[in-house]
Amino acid sequence: MFGAAGTGDTSGYGGLVRAAATPGSSQRPFGGYFDQVADDLERAYPDFADAIERVVVDRGELTLHIKRERLVEVALILRDKLKFEMSMGVSGVHYPEDTNRELHAVYHLLSVTNNQRIRLEVSVPDVDPHIPSLVEVWAGSNWNERETYDMFGIIFDGHPGLTRILMPDDWQGHPQRKDYALGGIGVEYKGAVTPPPSDRRSYK
Amino acid sequence: MSTYADPYASSRETTEGTVFSVTGGDWDSLVTEIGQAKEERVVVNMGPQHPSTHGVLRLVLELEGETVTEVRCGIGYLHTGIEKNIEFRNWTQATTFVTRMDYLAPLFNEAAYCLGVEKLLGITNDVPEKANVIRVMMMEFNRISSHMVALGTGALELGALSPMIFCFREREKVLDIFEFISGLRMNMAYIRPGGVAQDLPAGAVDKILATVKDLRHSFKDNEKLLVGNSIWMKRTEGIGYLDLAGATTLGVTGPVIRATGLPLDLRKIQPYSGYENYKFDVVTADTCDVYGRFLIRINELEQSLRIIEQCAEKLKSLEGAPVMVADKKIAWPAQLAIGADGMGNSLNHIREIMGTSMESLIHHFKLVTEGFRVPAGQVYSAVESPRGELGAHVVSDGGTRPYRVHFREPSFNNLQSTSAMCEGSMVADIIGAVASIDPVMGGVDR
Repeated sequence: MFGAAGTGDTSGYGGLVRAAATPGSSQRPFGGYFDQVADDLERAYPDFADAIERVVVDRGELTLHIKRERLVEVALILRDKLKFEMSMGVSGVHYPEDTNRELHAVYHLLSVTNNQRIRLEVSVPDVDPHIPSLVEVWAGSNWNERETYDMFGIIFDGHPGLTRILMPDDWQGHPQRKDYALGGIGVEYKGAVTPPPSDRRSYK
Repeated sequence: MSTYADPYASSRETTEGTVFSVTGGDWDSLVTEIGQAKEERVVVNMGPQHPSTHGVLRLVLELEGETVTEVRCGIGYLHTGIEKNIEFRNWTQATTFVTRMDYLAPLFNEAAYCLGVEKLLGITNDVPEKANVIRVMMMEFNRISSHMVALGTGALELGALSPMIFCFREREKVLDIFEFISGLRMNMAYIRPGGVAQDLPAGAVDKILATVKDLRHSFKDNEKLLVGNSIWMKRTEGIGYLDLAGATTLGVTGPVIRATGLPLDLRKIQPYSGYENYKFDVVTADTCDVYGRFLIRINELEQSLRIIEQCAEKLKSLEGAPVMVADKKIAWPAQLAIGADGMGNSLNHIREIMGTSMESLIHHFKLVTEGFRVPAGQVYSAVESPRGELGAHVVSDGGTRPYRVHFREPSFNNLQSTSAMCEGSMVADIIGAVASIDPVMGGVDR
């Protein structure tokens, strides 16, 4: 808005770069019921080491990063053997800097029987955004996968009707991706112009 | 076949036979033509502007006579891009956006989001007790006002007009409390990361207790009107059947899954904001139908009142206690006060930052314009909203703005079960089934 380029840092400490540290892989013991979940999964699923890319325990939550080819197998075992009866939805996240793993689909699972929650994360490259659909495992994934397709362009193979759900059918682009501008309309009042949100300095 | 072109009712030949399109107006020619046809398959578009679809919901119905053979929901008419917008605002500003998603349950949206942000910040246990008590109390009041709309409009859609009048009367009393405490009746952005926006005004506890007493008395009007009413039961019993297996696989939560007999209530099984310190019962039913969901909502009102009374007891001994985390690097510096024209800046605070303390001004400026930083990572926080599990998947990259926030909206997941509930039933029963799911389209579409 005021024409500042670059970071817009007006504090004088612009040279300080703070690296965002994403939580890394965790080692056993994971703590809480997470060890039990991991043990049960390893026992029920012999290919555990091959299918699970890494396990992250952060802020009291367990995330299993899974290879996309193995997603359906793991999901079936989690549902039938480990009693994760409910899938609480799929949410996409776009990390443009994470080369060859730009698009992440995150599944939140709830076990009513054991009162446990875990999270599955699958990452795929932008050029090949295919993930097998979990509609056959949890029917409720239907709309969630459609929403993630609509917002991120992740294609869920095997989905019974993968169409847009929130945006109009003829919409171009996938709005929640980071390369999709927020847009907006500038407002003029008595000669002064307030630029659209995505062009204001603080929102860059 | 008609010999003239009717602008409202035309027909054309397709590979599947003659297709009639009717867009309103003259039904006579349709009735004549259908009388000649051999099958009676009719596709009806219901909504999105329809008084009985509970909001801007579009239903595409395939009918065989009066029987529904297929239902498809069309949603997205209220998509506002809230999840995208908050990626361009700081962590505190986002509360103002999320409160507008499910507009009947604004405090739950704020709570789910703020609990997520607090978990990312690692300050969940630092939130002062009074803030937690106020949050619980406000959420339970909100549950009442939301259930009031669910019951009132649900009854209205089925043709019972009087309950709507009573329900909105009760809701108004709750909104008065909201206005008294937060300055706003809806979309109040009252729950903030780290606590609540401001302390209770003087005399709040007495007013709360008086309102609880009043509500408990007037809820009886609705109960007398509907519970056990034979006309109401004919429209609701055995309608919109969804059993436990169906609800589980579809990810349905809230009153709909509790009507299958499963006491799935996050307030009990995974307590947050101190819900483990309150005595209340999880209401269930075992009928799996619209009447069961209706009874659950009616009985949850009393449980909410019980929790509010316990909150009021706790608040009596918390006079003057803080309502925001002590960490000044996170706590919102601006102090709000309710003036004659609603909530606004506190004059004392303005006097301090503009008149006496340069450091306060800098601190205020930095936090309000830039905001605080949240360590990188992702969390999922869930609360039991009136419609079920409202979850917030909050992702941070370590910056002053959310990297990505996705809301697991109970309305969205529950609405998926419309097809399972309605296919094979009569057209008129769709209205009851959808009303019993109680979808709020602002939440479905976000």
